[in-house]
Amino acid sequence: MMILSGDPPRSRVLTLVLILIILALAATPFLFPGAKALNVAAKICVFAALVASYDLLLGYTGSVSFAHTMFYGIGSYAIAIALYGMGPNWAAVATGIVTGLPLAALLALAIGLFSLRVAAIFFAMITLAVASAFQVLASQLSWLTGGEDGRSFQLPELLRPGTILISKNLFGFEINGRILTYYLVFAVSALMILALLRVVNSPFGRVLQAIRENRFRAEALGFRTVFHLTYANCIAALVAASAGILNALWLRYAGPDTSLSFSIMLDILLMVVIGGMGTIYGAIIGATIFILAQNYLQALMGAASTAAGEAGLPLLPGLLHPDRWLLWLGLLFIASVYFFPTGVVGRLRNPAGDKSGGRSH
Amino acid sequence: MTELAATDPLPKPKRDLAPILLPVALALLMIPLIGSPSSWLTLTAASLAMGMMIFIMASGLTLVFGLMDVLNFGHGAFIAVGAYIATLVLAPFAASVQADSLWMNLAVLGPAALLSMAVSGALGLVVERVLILPVYGQHLKQILMTTGGLIVAEQTLYALWGPQIIPMPLPTSLRGSFIIGDVAIAKYRVLAMLIGLAVFIAIQLVLNRTKLGLLIRAGVENREMVEALGYRIRRLFLGVFMTGSALAGLGGVMWALYREQVHASMSDELTVLIFIVVIIGGLGSIGGCFIGAILVAMVANYGGFLVPKLALVSNILLMVAILMWRPRGLYAVTSR
Repeated sequence: MMILSGDPPRSRVLTLVLILIILALAATPFLFPGAKALNVAAKICVFAALVASYDLLLGYTGSVSFAHTMFYGIGSYAIAIALYGMGPNWAAVATGIVTGLPLAALLALAIGLFSLRVAAIFFAMITLAVASAFQVLASQLSWLTGGEDGRSFQLPELLRPGTILISKNLFGFEINGRILTYYLVFAVSALMILALLRVVNSPFGRVLQAIRENRFRAEALGFRTVFHLTYANCIAALVAASAGILNALWLRYAGPDTSLSFSIMLDILLMVVIGGMGTIYGAIIGATIFILAQNYLQALMGAASTAAGEAGLPLLPGLLHPDRWLLWLGLLFIASVYFFPTGVVGRLRNPAGDKSGGRSH
Repeated sequence: MTELAATDPLPKPKRDLAPILLPVALALLMIPLIGSPSSWLTLTAASLAMGMMIFIMASGLTLVFGLMDVLNFGHGAFIAVGAYIATLVLAPFAASVQADSLWMNLAVLGPAALLSMAVSGALGLVVERVLILPVYGQHLKQILMTTGGLIVAEQTLYALWGPQIIPMPLPTSLRGSFIIGDVAIAKYRVLAMLIGLAVFIAIQLVLNRTKLGLLIRAGVENREMVEALGYRIRRLFLGVFMTGSALAGLGGVMWALYREQVHASMSDELTVLIFIVVIIGGLGSIGGCFIGAILVAMVANYGGFLVPKLALVSNILLMVAILMWRPRGLYAVTSR
């Protein structure tokens, strides 16, 4: 219980599902052969941490930020630019980390102090504006960021797929640099999620929840709410930037589509809401469901679309086209905000009553 | 305080002129920076035209917030829908659009704009009933619901019209510019300015000279009191929401003609601009929204001319500067 900061899943089914997910993720390199399965598993790890950090904002403080991908992008780009510019060595990785993380934290501090100073209701709009400006900036500074093409880079020797650490004849499995990278991603993501659990269950986390429920009352109790909200913003930005670093390391690439686009922001929102706001565990569930669906359901949609096209049905082929995947997600999103405001975790914890969680105002 | 006799009219509230002077000052400041007076005039006309279009799109959003405390992140969807609907009329009547007669062009454009407004307004009705009604008073859920609505609307447009960019050529008689001396002002911009001014004046007249407007203004200031006096503010709100959506549709048609193309992603780009305008103006204030729209357009046009790379960033800087001066926007009309 120490490791979970005294905040266990509090539901037998949920515990079982979580254990299953974590075991599956830990054993992916051995259970599911092939590059695709490993890619999906790595993406689930990265997004679980990213979504958990967003949950700190959305679920625990009740503020909607649209700038979360910006921090994610800062992490990705910092490591990509460093490795691209300095060559594949560990000094470059360190440079990327020590420039990316403070940059993200400083920007979060600036946005927090500025937008929390003005009417709190502006926060969502201001973050949206800043994030879109950042996106334009990243695509225009092409000498630095590679513009629309992004930056591809080489990893240090140890993390490359060609590096064989333990050869096949020892255990029957080959452990190469790629698998080592996967475990790096897995371990760091897990650590960040545990750290976030620690944060939300600390006295500081309690104050955040108090602010969510009633900011005025929290202030009346003597808490400096602006300080708490800004601090939460900075923590979330740091974790998001770290997730961005992991993602770039895994993909060996950073570009607008994989790390900055608005659709990633929507994905994060969907994952938080589906998993359950204000639970942290919801991030793991949401990321797993969403990414599995994204990778395997799209193929199904494509098949359905061609089938509908061959059957000569009007409109359906267009609506079922794999590129229209977001349409169905949007509908799912609206339905889950409306019918399951507490998400999967909320449902599992409290199957009968549906007390709305994560309510602001 | 001076003594008032019973027959005297009530003292007028003090007029707050500083925000009005802001765009004027900005424009005058730019004369020496830009150098040539003719390009300054062209740029200023362009800013005014662009500002009017943004104002048309943003006015509904600011009233919706002011009146009912509803944050609609899906406002951009109405803009895109309006533009797409207009292509339904403009494409079949391409011959009349190409004809070199102002009346013939307007005879197609008018119905196209009206149809767009009708469809966007009707869509507004659906959105208000389905997405916003269940989550009144909960900002977090409003943002989530309307964001979801925006995704669905955008993807439906892609599914129906295909993901490609649809060209939307300007009618022949609106092409080209009026040339006065060495100043060139595009004809379409003049039309946009006229429509924008007409909408602004119409909104101001309704708000300040009719009972309906009185109720809306009262509702913005204190919703509960209006309800306590027996008015159904929800119905009033529905009307405002539909009007705002229809205006967004009109703005969408005008913007599509201005850019001469239609694409669902235009809603994303414009949503950001509109938010900046609404924040700058002060949520719920039509006058502030008008000034904010012109300021944003001026920054975009002058900035685009002087430092092209900073176009979007400069809007953020403008917002930061204004909020430092007045943390609740130019005119703070709501008590929230």
